[in-house]
Amino acid sequence: MNTLLLFVLLSLLKVAIVTVILLTSVAYTVLLERKVVGRIQNRWGPSRVGPFGLLQPLADGIKLFLKEDIIPSGVYRPLYLLAPMIALGCALISISVIPFGAALRVHGVDLFQIADLNIGLLVLLAVTSVGVYGIALSGWASNNKYSLMGSVRATAQMISYELALGLSLVGVVLRAGSLRLRDIVNIQSAHGMRSWNIFGGFQFVAFFIYLIAAYAETNRTPFDLPEAETELTGGYHTEYSSMKFAMFFMAEYANMITVGCVATLLFLGGWSSPFGHLLPVIGGPIVQALLPVAWFVAKVFFFLFLYIWVRGTLPRFRYDQLMGFGWKVLMPLALANIIVTSLVLAIRS
Amino acid sequence: MHLVLFLIFAGLCLAGALNLLFQRHPINSALSLIVVMTSLAVLYLLLGAEFLALAQIIVYSGAIMVLFVFVIMLLNVSAEERTHGSRIAYLAGIPGVLALFAILASIFLSLTKNLGSAQLGEFLVTTSDLSRVLFRDLLLPFEVTSVLILVAILGAVVLARKEH
Repeated sequence: MNTLLLFVLLSLLKVAIVTVILLTSVAYTVLLERKVVGRIQNRWGPSRVGPFGLLQPLADGIKLFLKEDIIPSGVYRPLYLLAPMIALGCALISISVIPFGAALRVHGVDLFQIADLNIGLLVLLAVTSVGVYGIALSGWASNNKYSLMGSVRATAQMISYELALGLSLVGVVLRAGSLRLRDIVNIQSAHGMRSWNIFGGFQFVAFFIYLIAAYAETNRTPFDLPEAETELTGGYHTEYSSMKFAMFFMAEYANMITVGCVATLLFLGGWSSPFGHLLPVIGGPIVQALLPVAWFVAKVFFFLFLYIWVRGTLPRFRYDQLMGFGWKVLMPLALANIIVTSLVLAIRS
Repeated sequence: MHLVLFLIFAGLCLAGALNLLFQRHPINSALSLIVVMTSLAVLYLLLGAEFLALAQIIVYSGAIMVLFVFVIMLLNVSAEERTHGSRIAYLAGIPGVLALFAILASIFLSLTKNLGSAQLGEFLVTTSDLSRVLFRDLLLPFEVTSVLILVAILGAVVLARKEH
């Protein structure tokens, strides 16, 4: 009973720490986006609150907390209140299966991962597929035609791209022979960059399919039709204000971070160093434990930067182009990738 | 521990199923069905069928029910009117349900010895075990089922095609 109690306490502590870190990174991803998009558009971005505008997320948070929470009279209340919770809840749950660094056990509790499941990848897909309800229900419960249009678009888009997304991961799973995220990283960490799935595993087609489908899943440019300002005012969150709006906002950025983490784990070798054993071993055991986490964070940062870069440069798709691209280009490509990968694996084994 | 989880999620599953029948708005019924399917997935997980549990969530809660909700949203279906139903339904339905329940219960009770039993949390069916059975021992039925689904897709395309 004592070990069980210790396990529960340590796990709760881990969940609390990871949630705080995730929410802080969500806040600073927003700042990063405003800064980088500002520089892309030849302006400064936020620079007044704190040094280099670094306290801007705090100011935004206080503003959103103190705004009046308006619930329009025509809404369907239970679902209107439930929708942002589903969206944010699903976005936060998916971080629980992601390993941030090499396994390091203290009292039998893994320090760098909340839950090490042997079906971790499927859990990520399942949580993503349930997350659609947050957006779908918000638009319907708002009783507003723009919201409804936004959520109908979001639902159709997310169902369509989920297929290509799931199929693009099959090649990686075939190569690793496991759905456990740690196993998938471990087979990529032998020879540095050469054994990463994107290079040594010849999964670059799958990588680009995953990236494109994930952009569509998170409703980001160039697939941000569910919240296209020019045609739908705010899309599915038009009728939401104050913290309920903030919950959708946080969910979007938390999903971006999750996508970055998953792309890092599945295609860029997770926490393993790109130089393999070429770098000399430096520092004590603490540095050795934290160095993989630093590589992981650097790779996730790269994906977040890519998200923002794409947003700053690409225009929005037209809706029929979006659907046609998902079903007629990405799906067949993902299927072809599975066939080629399994043929190569079968011949080589 | 397993028993506590089983009781919680079995209760949730039954509550969802009852709520599905009693709700008058289609969207509430659809959401109750999602609760039922997700709690069923947890029950599969308790029995050690991890792949089946997650497939249940991805396919049923995530894909099929999203389509249900999508159609309800798109058609903007409103709450159904309360009707008393036909008298035949009461006269034939309730005894029918009772008879079915009695038959099933007696069959299960008489066959308990032959059916065997699965304890909660006793074994684990890993994904590789499952795929070995599916792609080696049951390969033909599996492939025939997939062809059946393909035929269904083709049928749907033919039915939905616009006449020119």
